[in-house]
Amino acid sequence: MISVLAPPSRAIGVPHERLDGKEKVSGRACYAADTPAERLAYGVFALANIPRGRIAQLDVGRAEHAAGVLRIFTHENMPRLNPVSSPPAGQSLLPLQSDRIAYEGQPIALAVAATLEQAAHAASLVRAEYEREPFNVDFRTQLERAVEGQSFFESDTRVGDVERELAQAPIRIAQRYRTADRHHCAMEPSATVARWENGSLTLDDATQYVWGVRMAVAQALDIAPERVRVRSSYAGGGFGSKGYVWPHQVLTAAAARELERPLKVVLTRAQAFTAHGYQTASEQALDIGAERDGTLRAVRATSINPTSRFDDYVEYCALSARSLYAAPAIETRHRVVHVDRSTPTPMRAPHDGVAMVGLEIAMDELAYEAGIDSLELRLRNYAQRDPTTGKPFSSKELRACYRLAAERFGWSGRNPRPGAMREGRVRIGWGMATALMGTFRMPASARVTVESDGRVLIEAGTQEIGTGVRTIMPQIAADVLGVPIEQVRIALGDTTLPETGGTFGSSTTMSVGSAVLDAATRLRDELRELGAHEDEDLGAVLSRSGRTSLSADGAWSPGEEGDFSMHTFGAVFAEVRVDEDLPIPRVSRVVGAYSAGRIINPTTARSQIQGGMVWGIGQALLEESSMDPTLGRYLSKNLAGYLVPANADVPELEVIFAEEVDAHASPLGAKGIGELGAVGVAPAIANAVFHATGVRVRELPIRLEMLLA
Amino acid sequence: MHPFEYARAGDAAGAVAALAGDPEAAFIAGGTELVNWLKDGIERPGRVVDINRLPLGQIEATSAGLRIGTLARMSDVAAHRAVRSGFPALAEALERSASAQLRNMASMGGNLLQRTRCPYFRAETDLPCNKRRPGSGCAAREGLNRTHAIFGWSDACVATHPSDAAVALRALEASVRVLGRGGERSIPLADFYRLPGDAPERDTVLEHGELIVGIDVPATPRARRSWYVKVRERASYEFALVSAAVALDLDGGRIREVRIALGGVAPMPWPLTEAERALAGLPLERAALARAVDGAFSEARPLARNAFKIALAKRTVVRALEIAGGMA
Amino acid sequence: MTLLETTLRVNGTSRRLEIDPRATLLDALRERLGLMGTKKGCDRGECGACTVHVNGRRVLSCMTLAAMHEGDEITTIEGLAREGTLHPVQQAFIEHDALQCGYCTSGQIMSAVACVREGHAGDEDEIREWMSGNLCRCGAYPNIVAAVAAAAQVMEQHAPI
Ligand SMILES: Cc1cc2nc3c(=O)[nH]c(=O)nc-3n(C[C@H](O)[C@H](O)[C@H](O)COP(=O)(O)OP(=O)(O)OC[C@H]3O[C@@H](n4cnc5c(N)ncnc54)[C@H](O)[C@@H]3O)c2cc1C
Ligand code: SF4
Ligand code: FES
Ligand code: FES
Repeated sequence: MISVLAPPSRAIGVPHERLDGKEKVSGRACYAADTPAERLAYGVFALANIPRGRIAQLDVGRAEHAAGVLRIFTHENMPRLNPVSSPPAGQSLLPLQSDRIAYEGQPIALAVAATLEQAAHAASLVRAEYEREPFNVDFRTQLERAVEGQSFFESDTRVGDVERELAQAPIRIAQRYRTADRHHCAMEPSATVARWENGSLTLDDATQYVWGVRMAVAQALDIAPERVRVRSSYAGGGFGSKGYVWPHQVLTAAAARELERPLKVVLTRAQAFTAHGYQTASEQALDIGAERDGTLRAVRATSINPTSRFDDYVEYCALSARSLYAAPAIETRHRVVHVDRSTPTPMRAPHDGVAMVGLEIAMDELAYEAGIDSLELRLRNYAQRDPTTGKPFSSKELRACYRLAAERFGWSGRNPRPGAMREGRVRIGWGMATALMGTFRMPASARVTVESDGRVLIEAGTQEIGTGVRTIMPQIAADVLGVPIEQVRIALGDTTLPETGGTFGSSTTMSVGSAVLDAATRLRDELRELGAHEDEDLGAVLSRSGRTSLSADGAWSPGEEGDFSMHTFGAVFAEVRVDEDLPIPRVSRVVGAYSAGRIINPTTARSQIQGGMVWGIGQALLEESSMDPTLGRYLSKNLAGYLVPANADVPELEVIFAEEVDAHASPLGAKGIGELGAVGVAPAIANAVFHATGVRVRELPIRLEMLLA
Repeated sequence: MHPFEYARAGDAAGAVAALAGDPEAAFIAGGTELVNWLKDGIERPGRVVDINRLPLGQIEATSAGLRIGTLARMSDVAAHRAVRSGFPALAEALERSASAQLRNMASMGGNLLQRTRCPYFRAETDLPCNKRRPGSGCAAREGLNRTHAIFGWSDACVATHPSDAAVALRALEASVRVLGRGGERSIPLADFYRLPGDAPERDTVLEHGELIVGIDVPATPRARRSWYVKVRERASYEFALVSAAVALDLDGGRIREVRIALGGVAPMPWPLTEAERALAGLPLERAALARAVDGAFSEARPLARNAFKIALAKRTVVRALEIAGGMA
Repeated sequence: MTLLETTLRVNGTSRRLEIDPRATLLDALRERLGLMGTKKGCDRGECGACTVHVNGRRVLSCMTLAAMHEGDEITTIEGLAREGTLHPVQQAFIEHDALQCGYCTSGQIMSAVACVREGHAGDEDEIREWMSGNLCRCGAYPNIVAAVAAAAQVMEQHAPI
């Protein structure tokens, strides 16, 4: 394995404009729904409006006879497809395969017509009669039914004697914390264009994982994966909703095969609420015992979340407690309640982003109970090693983060008394929280080629969903090969290119970046063998040796987590303003400092962290997908009812990166940042609201009625 | 969308005639409401009559007041100098509405005729909703009714009216000029909206085919000292949870006369008549204002999830009075 | 149902079309004229991704019928650059990293150009409010504000374009 790149670097660590910026600002970047095709047909799904039961009768007569209609697919005429394993499937239930309805919003038909208007109209003409069955969509009314769910982490962990430590602790904080169901709401609704030619399929798809789509579609349609090509040159955000493969992708491919015609299916915004998962609400119980000086003796964290009847999805909302603070006794436990809804899925930032809400509000409560500054409390309980596993951290500059962010924010000037700060009728509050995010790494491969004109091409199948991979990968190759970044470009988003993982878990820079590093380094070695000198024009090297191009393949695989506990960290400070009479909190300042390994491109890294902070603001103050328990459906499946932050909700957001290189996480020294920014912001805001108003909020989003004293 | 034909009206009389002969026809102005209804199946007209070419876009300020053509766009009315200086509550209500793009499209007449944002009514599919499908029930009555009414609702419908401008116009005592087959009539905004009773499908007294031609706002002594306060959770691009428009006539430090209308609490802009009476003659003092406003809520009937709107609405009115009175 | 003959004038070019009266301006631009730069984020007026200019004003193309725009001058993101030179707002979006996934970007830029021309880019708070009709789920707002402020300065110095 190659070690961390030796300085001086010319591109890595240097702010650089996005190389695909011009495409994006001129409207030329091609997203899945923009894919041109001859004889394109349009498909629109019709959905079930009951949460549970059977389709007794499906009337497609009017739909079939509507103008322009080519076919109405239902469970009666859609070919039977193979079940798809999860992952890559986001849920095991594939609609249009039987008359069973297991969640509101489940597709019952796919109307295909010559134009979009015709297809949408036809879908609206599909009529279903149901045999309804009793249902329950509300996990909070049946917490006693919580069971252990099977998923990728351990459900329960335990170190030390939590019972005893809690009993003996002079200070106890035992509270429940709640977060809401939320939706990804990527601005680009999921879209798939399927084209068959000679038994082979090309899918242009809005996805975070082209190989996952290929695997799922090949499996479902019973064809060799080599016959499926999946492309995604640009995706309009994903945040987890496009990470796994969902029914619409599989069904579009299957329908196009039947139609023998290219087919485009773009989900409507309303459909997006039930088509590709959601972030579950959580019910978090925290029991914390501490000494009078705030030193932790025990943390017990229990979390319950809803999942579908047919899949276990565990949102690990006690996960952070395992690693964040040093305590001699830590116990964590996760349970799920099966309800009549679709399967949840990871959403920026899964697990830790939700878990830290409870833990970090509880820590603030402890700080007040013990009469200690909130930041000081964190420092007193700083973990040098992972308190659950005992392993050292692969790298951790959290102490520096606390210091940098606190200084920048001016935290030392804080009077901790609630309500101490005001400007006229506006109360001002300062709150802080720690951020912690697990590190996910995936194997990846890449190819780097020098062409006769000296230009460098990177090939890696990875996806661009907004993280800046089109810029970051060239930075890496440019540095290794000693060429200006402008000379490097990347081909991506295509299963014909070298295989990589999905663009999720904040893993791309580490994983794909390390593969590019490997390929570029091999290429550099080959070029040296050809006698290339430092800073020599690569085109000249090639022509000297009579070649038109030279390629090298590279790969990287994370191997064992082994001896390290691997996380990214941050310290977040927030200021809120709350009008005394009309108590709607407005965030007026956020400062965050982050320990996230080596930062390849400070420009895009800062943007990503800021984006995460915006998510934190949404989580704290706006975002909630309420479910009507009687109808078993989301109250609002639109962006007027599900509120994401608008520009006016977002103040100045300051981002600081601590100097850090994590040689254990990846040869680049980099870790992930895509999700970290979304962690810690919401509890920091909730804590700031307490500081402003004296009202302790333990449930997000914060609603003004909670503050109307 | 159900199929429909598209027609363009050449003049106002033609527009009225086009609908008179066709119960299935509907006007379209900015389209920002109607197009949504078409997409969600809330409306299924057979013919859509485009009225945008009618010469009804003027904004005129005279000593008698404002004459606003129905096709004047929200953005233009909000930006108009005479509106900003003489009728600040209206400018503020409009500028806090929707987004810059929507305000560029949306007409003033269309704004008054927008329908509730009750999420059950607005769903992408047909849910139990008497306003949308008479007789189907009201999912909000016992459902998630945090954003619903505390005044004026019936068991058939507990929805609120969402227009910001209508609230300001109500406090400014505006009236709506309407052209029907029988000619023009003027309807005070106070009489324009209907309570749901047992026919919540009808929001206004407008008959099918009647064309709004304009909105008249009188130049009362109160208009110049008017203000609008909108309370919402998202800082912009969101409807009001609660709002209040006030128009004040002051006599030194005392209130001579005041008009108050509330938004987000009732099926129509809700006049706070009792508070208007109680406030007359009072000094502009916070405690006195709050006390007078308090009394006007004895009739409020909150639903299971929106009792907080009472306290919130009271404070919103007081804040609007304070701003209009130059105290905040 | 009868199709409608109409002429749409987009980015300076007139195109005669037979359209479904139900077609929104957005769908006509994308699916009939192949102008894919304008995006659909919600199709309900709730996000701003579909923002275009009609007769110089920013509007939401998903909320209006194509049939209503005979004779109107429509400008989309594809029509903003002049002779290959990016508009100052486009340039500023790149320089300030005011985009991430890029999906909201066409709408943001069309909105920003109008925002500056309207005189609503005086300070950061004003830009925040007047750009709030364009949601960005990637959360690029701080950089969008910076880009609009910077572009406003450039646009002031140069003849209005
Ligand atoms: C996302 C979103 C956010 C919004 N936020 C707000 C907000 O915060 N505050 C607010 O007040 N509003 C808000 N609105 C609503 C917006 O103001 C209305 O949609 C708009 O004012 C309607 O005007 P229009 O001209 O587009 O109406 P259209 O859609 O053209 O018409 C609406 C109705 O009025 C009828 N009609 C129109 N003109 C006439 C006429 N002259 N005579 C008779 N009938 C007529 C039509 O037939 C139709 O039934 C929002 C809308 C959206 C989509
Ligand atoms: S409140 Fe009115 S609009 Fe809402 S569901 Fe009930 S009847 Fe329909
Ligand atoms: S697509 Fe038009 S506003 Fe969202
Ligand atoms: S850049 Fe992705 S939504 Fe704005």
